[in-house]
Amino acid sequence: MRFKGKAWRFKDDVNTDEIIPARYLNTIDPVELGRHCMEEIDPDFSKKITKGDIIVAGKNFGCGSSREHAQIAIKGAGISCVIAESFARIFFRNAINMGLPILETKDAYQIKEGDYLEVDLDTGIITNLTEHKEYKARPFPKFIQEIISSGGLLRWIKRKGARCSIK
Amino acid sequence: MYTITEKILLAHTDKKSISPGDFIYAKIDLALGNDITAPISIKEFEDIGAKKVFDRRKIALVPDHFTPAKDKKSAEQARCLKDFAGRHNIENYFEIGRMGVEHALLPEQGLVKPGDLIIGADSHTCTYGALAAFSTGVGSTDLAAAFITGCIWLRVPESMKFIYYGRLRPWVGGKDLILHTIASIGVDGALYKAMEFTGETIRRLPMDDRFSICNMAIEAGAKSGIIEADDITFEYIRRVSKKQKVNFKLNNDILKSDPDARYCKVREYDVSKIEPQVAGPHLPSNSRPVSRFKNVRIDQAVIGSCTNGRISDLRIAAKVLKGKKVNPNIRLIVIPATQEVYLQAVKEGLAEIFLKAGGVFSTPSCGPCLGGHMGILGKGERAIATTNRNFRGRMGHPDSEVYLSNPAVAAASAVKGRIAHPEEVI
Repeated sequence: MRFKGKAWRFKDDVNTDEIIPARYLNTIDPVELGRHCMEEIDPDFSKKITKGDIIVAGKNFGCGSSREHAQIAIKGAGISCVIAESFARIFFRNAINMGLPILETKDAYQIKEGDYLEVDLDTGIITNLTEHKEYKARPFPKFIQEIISSGGLLRWIKRKGARCSIK
Repeated sequence: MYTITEKILLAHTDKKSISPGDFIYAKIDLALGNDITAPISIKEFEDIGAKKVFDRRKIALVPDHFTPAKDKKSAEQARCLKDFAGRHNIENYFEIGRMGVEHALLPEQGLVKPGDLIIGADSHTCTYGALAAFSTGVGSTDLAAAFITGCIWLRVPESMKFIYYGRLRPWVGGKDLILHTIASIGVDGALYKAMEFTGETIRRLPMDDRFSICNMAIEAGAKSGIIEADDITFEYIRRVSKKQKVNFKLNNDILKSDPDARYCKVREYDVSKIEPQVAGPHLPSNSRPVSRFKNVRIDQAVIGSCTNGRISDLRIAAKVLKGKKVNPNIRLIVIPATQEVYLQAVKEGLAEIFLKAGGVFSTPSCGPCLGGHMGILGKGERAIATTNRNFRGRMGHPDSEVYLSNPAVAAASAVKGRIAHPEEVI
């Protein structure tokens, strides 16, 4: 899978209250949640972005609560994938389980706001078309790749059957 | 050569050995969801065409976040849980009037046993490590998968060991130890790791303080927090397990780490040097001694939550507030974590102390902790709270501030109208 989009920069430790404040957690509607995506950091974020744009952040992206409303909001806003130096663990597994593409690379700090990026999920290669640079994301373990290629955890379960073991 | 975390995980797989970094598929003893997270799980469960839950006795549904329903949409989400519980005959559904904040409620109801593997679609599910269970927060999709299969995929975490020694100073408890610890390693200091809390101080620490410590492991990025089982654990289990009709047998071998277990990091703390802590905005890692915050004026004090809403927390707050008045400029909001805590607080006269002091005493709810209801902050307002997160906008307006503390500090601050050490009031 390949994506192209403009980079939107965020700091370290972006938390789930910033991605989608708790006052909106009384709905699971992607359009409504998308409208409030990142509102606490930039109230106009959802209006400024174009479908397919990419979030680029520092370390520990998505720390805080377990709310999948965060992934729903990011997808609902039209973001194609999130690149960060590291992800908080619940955000990480929710993204995998829900099929929101994420990439982890130490080089995320080199990407500037407005850089035009091309992301190849299969190889983990991020091309900065503005700066003519290439970054390599850490490849996912085989088991996680399997969940992603199945289209998320529930589809993986449906395919493998309920009682499978991991080799 | 295993840590307690590795032993519990191994016991829930069909493997002969495990090591950190392995991906495992593990059986679950209890799967928890609330009125925010479970509606997504239920939708996914139904969208994929699942018909039956794996075990109706091993699922807990607790409408605690936006309840008693704060608005129409919240009412629908709570209703979604109730309907699902009814359709699948879920044994552990807790209706308003019999409920509590999930992480205080489940242990109190005898639903958490040492050695269990528990997942919950709520980040503070790590609380149950205080009872020597492996427990971790997951998302709604994980919970939906668990409803169907009774299993979860996990990466076996490396363990970090935190050793505490020395005598606690007056007014210092579990909350202060964990705030101090998070400040020392940062909000991602234990990312993906299991935090194991041990040492002579922990061995003397009552259960409620242990719950506070494990509850906030997630605030250091950890997958789980855990404390080995001892006499204090077993005494608690004996007391609460009377509520469950079934007797269970504990596998004591897995409830302690081996002497040669491997840790990726070991840290030691002399607790006699630790003052009551306050975490300033906007991260739990911004913790410093309370004395450094004495000029900070506040508008509201909140005592409650899955971190500090248990009976001993209310007793400490009442001790500070007895015979005192809340400062005229301050709103004091006390929220017992469960119905049982509420009743006990009434019986012991604690509720009367809070009310006479000029505070409110609410029905159990997560309420203001996550900015839901029952005490939202306006623009520029400041609160001291015994909750677990002080992210920007967490309790209301993006330009409001939350300071985290233990219940004694929160109570003393309510009296003074600014952040205060309990000794300034008593």
